[in-house]
Order: sequence, then structure tokens, then C-alpha cells
Amino acid sequence: MEGAWDIASVLFQVWLSIVVGLIMLPAMFGVSLGFTDLYIKVLVKTLEWATRRIQRGQNEQPTLPSQSANGIIEKNDGSMEEEIGELRRSHPKSLAGVDFTLCDVFYFWKKGIENIVEDQVTQRFTSEELVSWNLLTRTNNNFCYISVRVTIMWGLGVFIRYCILLPLRITLAAIGLSWLVIGTTLVGFLPNSNVKNSLSDLVHITCYRICARGLSATIRYHNKENRPQKGGICVANHTSPIDIVILANDGCYAMVGQVHGGLMGVIQRSMVRSCPHVWFERSEMKDRNTVANRLKDHIADKTKLPILIFPEGTCINNTSVMMFKKGSFEIGGTIYPVAIKYDPQFGDAFWNSAKYNMVSYILRMMTSWAIVCNVWYLPPMNQQNGEDAVQFANRVKSAIANQGGLVDLSWDGGLKRAKVKESYKEEQQKMYSSMIVGTDCHENSVGPT
Amino acid sequence: MGSTNSTLIKIPNVDELIQETGFSTAHIIRLHDRFKELDKERRGYLCPQDFGAIKGLAINPIGDRIIGAFFSPGRETVDFYTFVKILAHFRPADNSRPKESSSPEPINSRTNKLKFVFQMYDIDKDGKISRIDLLKALRSMLEMQVTEEQLDSIVDRTIQEADLDGDDAISFEEFRKSLEKVNIDHKMSIRFLR
Repeated sequence: MEGAWDIASVLFQVWLSIVVGLIMLPAMFGVSLGFTDLYIKVLVKTLEWATRRIQRGQNEQPTLPSQSANGIIEKNDGSMEEEIGELRRSHPKSLAGVDFTLCDVFYFWKKGIENIVEDQVTQRFTSEELVSWNLLTRTNNNFCYISVRVTIMWGLGVFIRYCILLPLRITLAAIGLSWLVIGTTLVGFLPNSNVKNSLSDLVHITCYRICARGLSATIRYHNKENRPQKGGICVANHTSPIDIVILANDGCYAMVGQVHGGLMGVIQRSMVRSCPHVWFERSEMKDRNTVANRLKDHIADKTKLPILIFPEGTCINNTSVMMFKKGSFEIGGTIYPVAIKYDPQFGDAFWNSAKYNMVSYILRMMTSWAIVCNVWYLPPMNQQNGEDAVQFANRVKSAIANQGGLVDLSWDGGLKRAKVKESYKEEQQKMYSSMIVGTDCHENSVGPT
Repeated sequence: MGSTNSTLIKIPNVDELIQETGFSTAHIIRLHDRFKELDKERRGYLCPQDFGAIKGLAINPIGDRIIGAFFSPGRETVDFYTFVKILAHFRPADNSRPKESSSPEPINSRTNKLKFVFQMYDIDKDGKISRIDLLKALRSMLEMQVTEEQLDSIVDRTIQEADLDGDDAISFEEFRKSLEKVNIDHKMSIRFLR
């Protein structure tokens, strides 16, 4: 019995020293030993091989038509006026003032049926479909059994991911988080000074670097000269809680969020000891003025770190950017937009909070191949004269969507849970009625406003 | 692996469905996935509220009428078979299929597409679009945006234009005639990309 314990403890010590020596220490100093790069290269080659085999296999069977990432039905993106105009072209023009034709209704039917088959909003809350399989069961939608070799590869993949990578990653995550709590608490004992700030930055960055290693994250930062400065607000598109780790690997930010209980609460309280973050009680969040004032106070103090905000308010699946809530754009600071785009080939980072809770989500992350993403820092933007918060928000949103290659949508992400407001339907009716009777109908119309 | 075949097995009467509607196997699977997505409580059928949850449909001026098309009078549920049959009206015409004179006209022929929309306009189901039918249809599309007088004049003009036999209503033939130049197949079809 004792022999077994000795062996176990030796193994454990060896394991720990490997982890510390080869992963943690280099991570702390921002040095890369090249293991992750090598891993990614091998992975890419393997997946390419698997794709070729699958394609070969599919050519011998009746094929499913090839797949694209942006929808399953062809859609005309013309406006209501254009489409109905086209419909009416073949119809003789009726008498002046009244322009209704029986064929107008086809436009609404087509749009309605298109939405029944596939709608813009729901599509954004399910994981992006891949063009070719990446040897993870979870992304296996339409791929059927191909060959023994691919199956063996898949089996090997399962073994590597669950038995080797998963324990490694859990260890790293545990070390990273405990280091965060301990480190920030220690730094918290120092009196406020520059030394305290630099130490706090150091603690935060090393912790996030360790966590990033814990996810096998390969992050490419572009345009580092546009990195957010102190006293500004950093704004990014939201795909998962991991976004925070991704961004904080390259800079220090003040986080904004709700006070949680449990483990998150412990982390939050210790973080606040070393440098100011903005945590709100649930009751405070309802009052927009309180929120706005606290954020204003924070950015007014130029020694405090830039605030990190995700204006979409919810996790979207990284194929599009949805409506930005105007609250963060009314505060008046300089906005530093950041675009984050994950490569879905290596692991799907999207958190579908309706389907998975936080723990199963983290486990899924840790059993993916890797997290590979690109981060673009965009030039800072300020609200211009004559522009209101909503227009400003839309301008920033377009810039981010453009850079990241994402679709720019005006739907509100909150719609995944809520019903559509009546006012949207009225807008559609107004548009159509102005085509029929012209805009002078508003002078004559009688009814509740 | 092998998910395609297992999905097909779960769908009842799939061969009949393919035969009647002309959808390909891949499309039936896509529609089945969508049906399951809409059927959040996994009951195996859809009710009007499930359709109401679709955002794009909720802002469509004739959204309610479109939803109503899926439910036969008196029924509160629609199963997958009927769901696909209704959607089959919007399949693009396939000119490659050989025309057999003995086989019934496909669901997505020009005539059947027109009949489908005609039935939607003809609320009292008397085979004609009367003044009242048209008034109701326009009222639901425009609600508060136009006055009663404007509505009346629109209805008058529309019936005047299309009504050829002077019975103050639009029959199916008159409907078809007034739309003869419109490319129905293009305007009333949904094309699957994959």
C-alpha cells in the first residue's frame, strides 16, 4: 500500500513540476516555448487530411449539396420598396393617388415563409455550422461514417482531449484562479501607489495568461497601437465569457458587472482589492442613472484602467453583431472598439446559455482542440456633434462588424428571450401604407397616436 | 456518425412526403430540424404560439394570416407532414421533371401557387374575393395607417380593375388573369442553398 502512495505522490510531483516549469513560468513572463504553435500546426494538418478523406468518401455517395455558413435559403436583400416595385412592374399602373395591387401581397408572403424556414434572430443563437468536420462529435451534423482511418483519428482525438489535455487544462485553470485570488489579496495590503498599480497589473496579466494556456488559446492581436488607454471605454462584440480572458491577455481592464455569489463573488471581491473594478448590486443595475454616474466617475479618473463593456448584452454566436445598447455610449468617454473573431475549426467558443450552464460550457471549452482567435484593435471613436447615442452606437457596431467579417444586424440580442415590440410591426405597416397612399395619408388619418 | 440516416427514420411517411412535395431528402431533413427548433416543448406538433415566436413573422403585416394558413379550420395543431406540404407551395418549379399527363399537378405549379394565395384572400371561402374579403385583408395589412375612406377607394379601384364579368367580386380566373404578367415562380418561391 505504501509503495503505491509513494509512486502516486512522485508522479504527482513530476506532473506538477512539468506544469509549472514548462507552462506556468513561461506564461507568467509572456514567453512562448512554441509548444502551442507546434500543436496548432499538427492539428491543422490532421484536420486537412480528415477533410480530404471525407470529401473523397462523399464523392462516392450521393452528396449533400455543399454548405455555406450564412443561411440555408437564398434571400433577396432588397428593401420593401424595391421588391414591391419589381412586382408591380409587370402590372399596369393604376390611377393616380392609389397604388395597391393584388400582387403586393406576394412580397409579404415570401418574407413570411422565409422567416418560418429560417429567421435572422434564432440563427444567431445556435452554433455556427462548419464547412467540414473537425473530428469533434459535437459538431457532427451531417457527416456520416466515412472510413476506418477517420474513425481511428477521431478516437485518438477523444483520448488526447479527455485524458491528456483536460486534466492539464483543469490544473492550469485552478492554478490561474487561485493565483488571482491570492495575488490580488496580497497586493491589496499595499498602500495606494504606483508600485501597487504595476504589481496589480502584473498579477492580473499573469493570471489571465495562465488561464489562456489553460484553454490552449492562440490569440493574434492586430493594430496594437490602438490599444485602449486609461480613462477610455473598451467596447467589443460578445461571444462567451472567455472574451474577457482573451482581451485581458494583452492589457489591463477594469471589469464591469453584477455582483455574484459563490466562487465568482470571491474572485470579484479580491480583484477589487488590488485595483478598482465596477461591480453593481442587482438593485443598482435597474437604475440607469446610478450605473451611468458610476461609470462616468470611473473614467473621469485618468489613473484608473479602461472599462471593458460588451454592449450587446448577451452572447451571440460570432457570425454577426447585434444591436448595441446605447447606455455605454451616453457616458461620454472615448470609445475604443475591439473586434473578436474566433476560428470555429478548433473549437466553438459560443456560450448558448439556454442549452448549457457555465460548468458544462467550461468543460466543453476544455475538451475542444484549442481556442484560436483574432483580435483587432480599432482606432478610437468619439461621439460627433449632432449624433445621438443610438447613431453613435450603430457607427461603432458597423466598424466592428466590418473589421471582424461579421454580419451587421439591427436586431436586439435580448429578443432571444423577449417578444417583439408592436412598434416594429407598425413600422412595417407604415412603410407599406406610404407606398400605397403616399405620405399625405398621415395628415388625414384619424386614430390613436 | 450516420446522423443523416437516423434522422430520416424518425420522420413518418417520408417517402410519401418526398413524392408529394418534391423536396429532396436533404431539404426534408433541414425542414425537420427547423420544425424541431420551433417545437420548443417537443410535442411533435406546432401550435400558433410557436409560429408567433418567430421574430420576422411577428413584424410582418400579414403575419397572422400566414400563420393561419398552416392550420385547417378548427384545428389548433399542425404536424410535420402538413407543415412541409404547405411549405411545398413555395418550392421553385422544377422544369427538369418530365411532365406525365396522368400525374396530378405538383403542389408548386403556378396555378397551385395562385390558388394558395387566392384562398388566403377569400376569407368567407365562397370562391370569390368579394369587397368584404378585400377590405378585411387590407385592413389587417395597414391597420391604423389609412382612413376608412382611403381603404374604400383602394378596394373599389382594385375590384374595378380586375373584375371582368361585373359581379363586383374577383373570381379565381379574374385573379389569375390580372397577374398573368407577374413571374409567380420567382416571386413566390424559396430557394434552398443547401
